[in-house]
Amino acid sequence: MPDLLIELFSEEIPARMQKRAAEDLKKMVTDGLVEAGLTYASAGAFATPRRLVLSIEDLLAQSPTTVEERKGPRVDAPEKALTGFLRGAGVAKEDLEIRDEKKGQVYFAKITKKGRPAAPIIAEVLENAIRNFPWPKSMRWGTGSLKWVRPLHSILCILSAEDGAEVVALEVDGIKVGKSTRGHRFMAPDAFDVNNFDDYSNKLKSAFVMLDANERADHIWHDATNQAFAQGLEVVEDKGLLAEVAGLVEWPVVLMGNIGADFLNLPPEVLQTSMKEHQKFFSVRNPKTGRIEKFVTVANRETADQGATILAGNEKVLSARLADAKFFWDNDIRTVEREGFEAMAAPLANVTFHNKLGSQADRIGRIAALAREIAPIVGADADEAELAAKVVKADLSSEMVYEFPELQGIMGRYYAKKAGLSDAVADACRDHYSPLGPSDDVPTDPVSVVVALADKLDTLTGFWAIDEKPTGSKDPFALRRAALGVIRLILTNDLRLSLSAVLSNGYEGADATDLLSFFHDRLKVFLKDEGIRHDVIDACLAMDGADDITLLVKRARALSETLATEDGQNLIQGFKRANNILTQAEEKDGVEYSFGPDIKFAEDDAEKALFTALDTAEAAIKPAMADEDFTSAMSAMAALRSSVDAFFEAVQVNADNDVVRRNRLNLLGRIRDVCLAVADLTKLDG
Amino acid sequence: MSQTLEKPRSFQEIILRLQAYWAAKGCAILQPYDMEVGAGTFHPATTLRSLGSTPWAAAYVQPSRRPTDGRYGENPNRLQHYYQYQVLIKPSPPELQELYLGSLQAIGIDAKLHDIRFVEDDWESPTLGAWGLGWEVWCDGMEVSQFTYFQQVGGHDCAPVSGELTYGLERLAMYILGADHVMDMPFNDPSAPTPLTYGDVFKQTEEEYARHNFDAADTEKLLRNFEEAEKECHALLDLPAEDPKTGKRIIMAHPAYDQCIKASHIFNLLDARGVISVTERQAYIGRVRALSKACADAFVQTKAGGYSAEAAQ
Repeated sequence: MPDLLIELFSEEIPARMQKRAAEDLKKMVTDGLVEAGLTYASAGAFATPRRLVLSIEDLLAQSPTTVEERKGPRVDAPEKALTGFLRGAGVAKEDLEIRDEKKGQVYFAKITKKGRPAAPIIAEVLENAIRNFPWPKSMRWGTGSLKWVRPLHSILCILSAEDGAEVVALEVDGIKVGKSTRGHRFMAPDAFDVNNFDDYSNKLKSAFVMLDANERADHIWHDATNQAFAQGLEVVEDKGLLAEVAGLVEWPVVLMGNIGADFLNLPPEVLQTSMKEHQKFFSVRNPKTGRIEKFVTVANRETADQGATILAGNEKVLSARLADAKFFWDNDIRTVEREGFEAMAAPLANVTFHNKLGSQADRIGRIAALAREIAPIVGADADEAELAAKVVKADLSSEMVYEFPELQGIMGRYYAKKAGLSDAVADACRDHYSPLGPSDDVPTDPVSVVVALADKLDTLTGFWAIDEKPTGSKDPFALRRAALGVIRLILTNDLRLSLSAVLSNGYEGADATDLLSFFHDRLKVFLKDEGIRHDVIDACLAMDGADDITLLVKRARALSETLATEDGQNLIQGFKRANNILTQAEEKDGVEYSFGPDIKFAEDDAEKALFTALDTAEAAIKPAMADEDFTSAMSAMAALRSSVDAFFEAVQVNADNDVVRRNRLNLLGRIRDVCLAVADLTKLDG
Repeated sequence: MSQTLEKPRSFQEIILRLQAYWAAKGCAILQPYDMEVGAGTFHPATTLRSLGSTPWAAAYVQPSRRPTDGRYGENPNRLQHYYQYQVLIKPSPPELQELYLGSLQAIGIDAKLHDIRFVEDDWESPTLGAWGLGWEVWCDGMEVSQFTYFQQVGGHDCAPVSGELTYGLERLAMYILGADHVMDMPFNDPSAPTPLTYGDVFKQTEEEYARHNFDAADTEKLLRNFEEAEKECHALLDLPAEDPKTGKRIIMAHPAYDQCIKASHIFNLLDARGVISVTERQAYIGRVRALSKACADAFVQTKAGGYSAEAAQ
């Protein structure tokens, strides 16, 4: 069976799109082939800056002939129905078969689809893939109308078998498919023909192209770490950067260079950011001191001078960059030393946060006030928390953060220390933005926690007050993330607070009830990852203190654990049965069976035993609930299971004797009361 | 490559070699536009000529002004007035990348010794209502050019597509000439009877304009000028196409576009003076964009913009 090789050769494809594009090419082509009946043994996709490649092994040489049977109209149906059927099936009336069915005689057609050779099928599938390729952004060029990520120059598409290679006949917008490609843009620019995938990848390697992105990344990492190791240094790992750099070169050449001595004392984050963002350099660290001392850059070619010119150029560019960074750093430090750190925040009065929510300075004022309120709950000093809130955003006016926005907070921490502020305040500068993502670390230092909460709560109440809530997939102000941040701050730090009370201290005019239910929705999403079901949370939300997230989650976790036990699961069934019987009886009788039952009317042993069990359970549940020890309370509740089961087994609730019946209903009422004291079990599914 | 690989010795030699190279490749070598612009793209030879179907190939130096980048001539590579070299070819030829690499060779960048890379860079100009895809071109880690395939200008789809090359001349020259500070770079040949550095020519003007742009420009007057330019641009385009004096169809796309350029530069000055708030900023950008769109709309109704009386019948 033949192998198929496809290469789409273009001008430089953005690094971030290459991997996905190779996968898309593979999916579109293999899906199309399989749909047309061409199955294959294996397929592999590759990408370099200038090419997308797909190699398919053992493809059927032609699609199999298929026969499909199609049921038509009844023989006595109107002529129109028959003509329509014949047209659709593409057969003549003589070819139809008549069969007896229940409803009468019915026409049947046999539609034979003859197998086709692979080449024309491939041509159709490939053209479709090229014309409908899901690039994140695509463009036209020259006079053409074809869209590709950057101008597409050539298409290689060959079917190869042992006896040679066949070019698949196809032309897309003037680009004729062939069997030739080119090597490295500078090191081997001439065209050459290939016969199959092995031939292709070998010739590419001789033409200075490493086809496989993983191979390029491995080569870069291996070489970089070796060069660093030889000098007693280590490369700072950065997988994202490695993948990106591997997408910028076809022939990676690793070069290690020096950072000018003037710059070695800049904060490591500044060096790293400046080198990574602007130059795509790896940082090389001295493991003994933690200082960044060198860099690694990856060139796309070998040179006669072993990269000396390239490295000298890169060092020079870096020096210019770092001269800028050092200039900003020196200026910022001078400002802090002259005027203090808080003064750096002054220009924020002129920076609009949101036109309906005032300036950044207004916002800082609100956060500081809110921080004072929250501080006692978290156990932080109110003055220190307020001071922290006033300075944590001051670095937004610094020259360094203006240039490198991603260093916000990190620079604040350095400047706060320079200004002689406490470590807690300095750390709050860096940490109050956290947690950003669901896996981001949550601050635990009380001052950081207070400011982080105040910041997020001001954002949430503010946007709620001006009715800019997230809708559907739109959440331009990242309010979902802010709410999740609040939830994680509370849970990680085991904070006990009434969220409603805190929200009422936030931006005026926010609908606190609505915002609280937004929190509850986020909480459900968050707990779902822990395996806690929506209905379990609903059962807990119905209880008092549902705006105390820590309490709520404690209860939900306990209930979820209880439901995972056999006793727990069965007790819920027992509870539901009791509740159903009660609801029906209460509806019918027009009374609520919540008077205590009396054991003297109990007739059956199982009935008497239930009295005892309920006494025991109640005695255990009450103090446990008072201690918020939900696990104990719920296991006491689950322990009722056997007594409840035995009761239902032995006793007919709706007894003939009305006194006995009412007593039993009141007994069920006790079960209900005991269970509902723990959580609203009626909210549980199933 | 028949071009000499000898390194250029001065800033002006780099410009002259680029001019010679692109002239040899068939471009019309135009002169700078005689107005204050923020970038070479603003020259009507790029913005307006990238519209419509008429083929075009032009190259030129464009002095450009970015008032906020003024550093009194002290920063080694930031200037409020600098030069861009701009090439625009419509339709973009298939070998545009090779043509571009040839130009680097012509100014002394030997691709055998240097690491030249095309790194993704999507270009967008909110004030021109324009966008395109392409790269920033890196030489040994330094951005030496922008390379863009125009997709839309003034809200119009570009068909055919123009290829645009923009060289930041000072930075490129500093690299080639090995200068660490822009002001130290030789402007003419260092062995000339009167050797001049870039600083001899521009250090004083950088100081003067930095003070002017940041502290002295009359903002009241500028705000008024902005309104006037905006008004005049619309007024010119609102006049009927037929000129009552000559009876000819004369749409004043270029004079109107001059007012758009003026408004854009005034906005940049106001921005440097710090009198535009964040929210106002967006509104001003929107107003300039409205002007450039109106000019683009008008230009495609002119002959150079591909309009033909017969086709319009």
